[in-house]
Amino acid sequence: MMIKKGPIISNLRREQILKSLSEGKRVDGRDLLAQRPLKIEPGIIEKAEGSASVKLGDTHVIAGVKIGIGSPFPDTPNEGILIVNAEVLPTASEFQEPGPPDEDAIELARVVDRGIRESRMIDLSKLVIEPGKHVYTVFVDISVLGMDGNLFDASSYAAVAALLTASFNVYRVDGGSLVKTEERMAMPIADVAVSLTFAKIGNSIVFDPTWEEEGVMDASLTMAFDSGGRLCAIQKGGSGGLKIDDVFRMVDLGREMYLDIKKKIEEAVGNAKPGS
Amino acid sequence: MGNLIVDGKRTDGRGPLDLRPLRIEVGTIKNAAGSSYIEHGKNKIYVAVYGPKDSHRFGTSLERAVIRCRYHMSPFSTEERKSPQPSRREIEISKVIRNALEPSLILDEFPKTLLDVFIEVLQSDGGSRSASITAASVALADAGIPMRDLVQAVAVGKVDGTLVVDLNDKEDKEGEVDLPVAFMLNENMITLLQMDGKLTVDEFKEAVKLAREAAVKIKEKQKEALGRKYFGMVDEK
Repeated sequence: MMIKKGPIISNLRREQILKSLSEGKRVDGRDLLAQRPLKIEPGIIEKAEGSASVKLGDTHVIAGVKIGIGSPFPDTPNEGILIVNAEVLPTASEFQEPGPPDEDAIELARVVDRGIRESRMIDLSKLVIEPGKHVYTVFVDISVLGMDGNLFDASSYAAVAALLTASFNVYRVDGGSLVKTEERMAMPIADVAVSLTFAKIGNSIVFDPTWEEEGVMDASLTMAFDSGGRLCAIQKGGSGGLKIDDVFRMVDLGREMYLDIKKKIEEAVGNAKPGS
Repeated sequence: MGNLIVDGKRTDGRGPLDLRPLRIEVGTIKNAAGSSYIEHGKNKIYVAVYGPKDSHRFGTSLERAVIRCRYHMSPFSTEERKSPQPSRREIEISKVIRNALEPSLILDEFPKTLLDVFIEVLQSDGGSRSASITAASVALADAGIPMRDLVQAVAVGKVDGTLVVDLNDKEDKEGEVDLPVAFMLNENMITLLQMDGKLTVDEFKEAVKLAREAAVKIKEKQKEALGRKYFGMVDEK
């Protein structure tokens, strides 16, 4: 069921947003392709194996990484497991009711998951304790505390920053049983996934849309790049269509811009990662 | 892998740009306002459209019909039994299918109503969301919902380093990329776009162009199916 979960945007405001865009500026003063101030703080939750808070303008997301022990999937006996979950908390806005994740939260988690999984950012083969029997399960839980649009990028940055800074206790098989040791192991990171979201509003393409802009956009396109500049995940968002030429323009822009975003993430975690 | 294309042939004998057998029927469920059935590869999918019906429930719009979409897989549709409860995957796919169909529909002629699109996948193969969209658009036309264009979808992928059109199950699972795309060809518009796997930007653009060429062929099948019911123009094959 589609129930619009956002502010109602008056026709006057819509006109104002469109007029401003036609003059090359956004109503919050940004250039069309500028990102809102991005603040990434890793390591804010001591009890989590990895964590990060991300503020993208007024959108505020926390991601936490917890490690569990599980059995591998039968078709991948030599790989650990990645599980991404997202919740938009009722703190996020007056339109968000408490309850289990709805279709928007499920889509959010699955889009973030695909960016991380398909970029092969985590080397899952290094998360095996005993092949076919015991593997580490990486839980990435995303909590949206404050909502002002572009949850895809904010949640992805939070998940990525939390993973880049995660470490956990090593388990060993000792005399047939699993034992938790004091030894620590860093999350096996092989790459970095960089998410970028563009929206088509009127005749303009904008980067990092606010909630209000999402309310007037035709549609959005979220993409993830690996560090080599290859596309690894895409999702069209919103209930409108995009011209084929606009899709191509957006992926070209993403290709030009992803390194800047990647740098912001890596600076925040204070640690240049391989593959760059 | 290296075994998905041998001597230029795919696992089911097709060339890289060939579509699987595709058959669409219109008017397959008597009670529905519009309905269809599609066989695309091993996919077997029914779609029923109910409405627009008066609705007073929360979320109804004073300006237009609200569309609700359910993509559901039967428990026997897969190799391993699938729990009948909607999975997270099905919930996401229901949403993106709704978003793929909505741009084509002229819904402001039906304020304060609800339009239901129920998709039941009896047997799933690669590309079940794409086949669902192709069939659902036909069912919506059968229901007489005004539309700008039919919507059709196909997945392009990369297997053994080659771009291929209309992925089958094996290619979907073992291939390097899955890129489903839905089109409104009259407007040169994309209404569904998802991807996982790795492609350069240039490969991505090429893949979208291949998908578009396939969509032109699929649209012909949609029109034939509607034509058979409404005009008796095309012989049954």
